[in-house]
Amino acid sequence: MMADLATYVLTALGLVFFVAGTVGLLRFPDTFSRLHALTKADNLGLGFIALGIAFQTETWAQLAMLALIWALALLAAGTVAQLVARAALATTQEEE
Amino acid sequence: MTLALDLALCVLILGVALASVAGGGVFRAVIFFITYGLFVAMAWARLGALDVALAEAAIGAGLTGVLLLAALGRLRRMNATSPPHRTGLHLPAAFAGAALACALGWAWFALPAPSPPDLGPVMPQSGVGNRVTAVLLNFRAWDTLLESIVLLAALLGVWMLAQDKDWTAPLGPRYHAQAGGVLASFGRLLPPVGLAFGVYLVWAGADSTGGAFQGGTVLAAVGLVALMSNVMRPPRVSQGVLRAALVLGPAVFLCAGLLATASGGAFLSLSPALAKPVILTIEVALTISIAVTLALLVIGASGDGEYAP
Repeated sequence: MMADLATYVLTALGLVFFVAGTVGLLRFPDTFSRLHALTKADNLGLGFIALGIAFQTETWAQLAMLALIWALALLAAGTVAQLVARAALATTQEEE
Repeated sequence: MTLALDLALCVLILGVALASVAGGGVFRAVIFFITYGLFVAMAWARLGALDVALAEAAIGAGLTGVLLLAALGRLRRMNATSPPHRTGLHLPAAFAGAALACALGWAWFALPAPSPPDLGPVMPQSGVGNRVTAVLLNFRAWDTLLESIVLLAALLGVWMLAQDKDWTAPLGPRYHAQAGGVLASFGRLLPPVGLAFGVYLVWAGADSTGGAFQGGTVLAAVGLVALMSNVMRPPRVSQGVLRAALVLGPAVFLCAGLLATASGGAFLSLSPALAKPVILTIEVALTISIAVTLALLVIGASGDGEYAP
């Protein structure tokens, strides 16, 4: 019962971050602030959702896989955000 | 609740498919195509076809997406003029697509539903526990053999488009990554995990979800990441190991089939006693060939200029 409650609260919190990230992606003026919004959704949103689902796992292996998924998504999102930001920086400098 | 999820998935698939073909530039179409592949993979997973879902996510969305993005980047480097942006609808294409969809829909309802063959009684003879692997590498091995040769033929086709002067040059565009930068670190962190996962997919394919194509695609992706982050040196056509890796899968497959004929059975038939080790050998060889072929297909022939990160 407590585990279900924790899942509800944490996944809901994760969804809030995803909604906020999506709104930011749509509303923010330039690439850099959009990236800022997007990475929050990836890092915290997915983190909270994974944490919420973690309360429903039955074996340690499932827990480890959830953690691995989050870690890989974090790694990929962080790297891609850096690369996109660098590409965007190069384009904006060319235009100026 | 699950009905709501499935309906939302259907709407998303149709919406993304429409967005992909409805114009608005090549880049947009490619991005929507990748998203479409991911949603379709989720749909396959919802239908319980996990092997197909994995293949769709890895090949349909991932690898084809990279291929299309690379092609787009090459077009931009060549300063290829994009076709004049037509504001109107491509009516003939739309009609043809709609007609095809209607015909398929009609066939779906008009034809009798085929009853799936009952694999239960013959599964013990197949040597593996995963029904998809049993069909792909034992009962319908012929199809899989030809598929592996088709892949090789596709790569040869791409290579044939290279100019003579580029033939001895390292394959693919020149990728740039700052030494010690973000991309270089990523290229060192991801491959160990990807290698373990790719090998696991092949190994697990015998008894649960996975297989040579899915595992091979993951391994190809690992190779591409290592290439793009300059962790690995670009390959050359002249490398003997590379050529051997390309033909290993089809060659081992053919040899297994011929050995079956030599020992008195039909071509590509497997005796139940030997099925498991033979299938495993073929899968490992196929995985190596698929991984190398797919990676080389994506980077393409030599001499198409530079890639700025």
